[in-house]
Amino acid sequence: MGSRASSLLREEDIEEIKKQTGFSHSQITRLYSRFHSLDKGENGALSREDFQRIPELAINPLGDRIINAFFPEGEDQVNFRGFMRTLAHFRPVEDNEKNKDPTSGEPLNSRTNKLFFAFRLYDLDRDDKISRDELLQVLRMMVGVNISDEQLGSIADRTIQEADTNGDMCISFSEFTKVLEKVDVEQKMSIRFLH
Amino acid sequence: CHRLLPKMEGAWEIAFVLFQVWLSIVVGLIVLPAMFGVSLGFTDIYIKVLVKTLEWATLRIQRGQKEQPTLPSQSANGIIEKDDGSMEEEIGELRRSHPKNLAGGDFTMCDAFYFCKKGIENIVEDQVTQRFTSEELASWNLLTRTNNNFRYISVRLTIIWGLGVFIRYCILLPLRITLAVIGLSWLVIGTTLVGLLPSSNAKNWLSDLVHITCYRICARGLSATIRYHNKENRPKKGGICVANHTSPIDIVILANDGCYAMVGQVHGGLMGVIQRSMVRSCPHVWFERSEMKDRHAVAKRLKDHIADKTKLPILIFPEGTCINNTSVMMFKKGSFEIGGTIYPVAIKYDPQFGDAFWNSAKNNMVSYLLRMMTSWAIVCNMWYLPPMTRQDGEDAVQFANRVKSAIAHQGGLVDLSWDGGLKREKVKESFKEEQQKMYSSMIVGLDCHEASEGPV
Repeated sequence: MGSRASSLLREEDIEEIKKQTGFSHSQITRLYSRFHSLDKGENGALSREDFQRIPELAINPLGDRIINAFFPEGEDQVNFRGFMRTLAHFRPVEDNEKNKDPTSGEPLNSRTNKLFFAFRLYDLDRDDKISRDELLQVLRMMVGVNISDEQLGSIADRTIQEADTNGDMCISFSEFTKVLEKVDVEQKMSIRFLH
Repeated sequence: CHRLLPKMEGAWEIAFVLFQVWLSIVVGLIVLPAMFGVSLGFTDIYIKVLVKTLEWATLRIQRGQKEQPTLPSQSANGIIEKDDGSMEEEIGELRRSHPKNLAGGDFTMCDAFYFCKKGIENIVEDQVTQRFTSEELASWNLLTRTNNNFRYISVRLTIIWGLGVFIRYCILLPLRITLAVIGLSWLVIGTTLVGLLPSSNAKNWLSDLVHITCYRICARGLSATIRYHNKENRPKKGGICVANHTSPIDIVILANDGCYAMVGQVHGGLMGVIQRSMVRSCPHVWFERSEMKDRHAVAKRLKDHIADKTKLPILIFPEGTCINNTSVMMFKKGSFEIGGTIYPVAIKYDPQFGDAFWNSAKNNMVSYLLRMMTSWAIVCNMWYLPPMTRQDGEDAVQFANRVKSAIAHQGGLVDLSWDGGLKREKVKESFKEEQQKMYSSMIVGLDCHEASEGPV
């Protein structure tokens, strides 16, 4: 139930996470409770299976891509720090960013970082380019069996054509940003955390 | 060595006498009044004192939190506030600011934002997994097990907590165990004796008497305070009573006010003994494990039972598993296919006095019962809802959902379509396929539509 969960989280850890992510003290403890309840193996880290156990996430067409975003390259476990770092991308953008650490650059929940998170959903091999093949794969995840290969191919071609400005038949992050510059990223990629 | 023996015998004698006194008090003051359905008022006084104490504790904790602001407040609210828009609404909004003139349909890369946000929201807080663990309390009720973020607040609070531990473990627990033993022994002995009688009205009457008195004793054994509402809708013979399921104690709660034919799997051990003796005095429906797989056989047995109007109404929990009493999950359609009148019942426990939910992943039956017996009390409300039957043009699934909604509405519970079986099993692929289909129609639906309609 999470009754002992908060005692496993030390004050120093909470302070560090607060500085890094901008979450408040109570938000961090509540999210730790959640982390703990997802951690069925009780080993202080979440595996992909732990995420898959959430039914609403399991039926999400991009569920696997979202889960993947939590895990650093080549790793199978994510600890609480990593969990919070990823969630921090979805904090709403505020004007007075208390957590802006001048040495680390932008806060995790800046517009650019939110866009980069979305970019990474498409960029399967993390080479900072969305190729036609990658776009097709992600599209296939989203539509399932309902659209033919040819139709999906033409959709992918059209999308790349519109976005690609340097003619390399791939979408780079800056091209991605340009295409979506009018989209309200701050609102659409933010979650309203309570207290 | 010889001098020790008389002393020891003396000690044993004293212990035996004390035990006899204890037993007569218990029987005289609790068991007998319980059997006659009379209340001597002890439980009422106990509950009143308990309520006052918990209110005081809540105030102290709140005051303590104001003084020490780093103490996290125990809030039963969710972690996040969600948008409730549909896929179409949300993706539509996303696309509106897109420079390309879309007029509905076609893919844009920002579509992924919708799935991404939904996914992250569900990682932080979802509707399903929270139903399989105990509900969080709004304020601490002085039980260690519900202690979420207790830090030391005051001496007085700790003393009251300590006193509570003593009362619950050293006074209430032995008392409750005694009552449970008496109750169950009475059930086994009583039903076996009644079972020796030939079939007759007298036998049925005696059987009902034995069952009800046993459950009443067991209810006392949990300091159960039950408020029944709308007793005029009580299930009648030949009917099927369905209720939301939180724990095995639901049976005690229900059977305190009526007699039912139980339905369930045959068990071994103590449960098996109880099952076999119960069925001697009146027909219950016990299935072998192998029978349960054959849905037609199960349906047939239940149909035969309710066709016989002299038999007691069947008691079924269509969720198929224990849920934590904050919601009602999918009702399995089996019970709604066999015909007959359905008598829905809503049961809502007050978690402040004791958490009735059986988390079978965390506790086995014995440790669960111990937790029950060391809680403050079991306080609950039970509503009998008006009988329902399947209407024309309604299939079993729709009927089941209708009954589920009625129960959820009455009990103040969240009405979910998710299967309680998700506690242990993976969700079906078909749900993901539904989502994919819905999204596909947003990309190409309009093209197909235009193609079929032709030029306007």
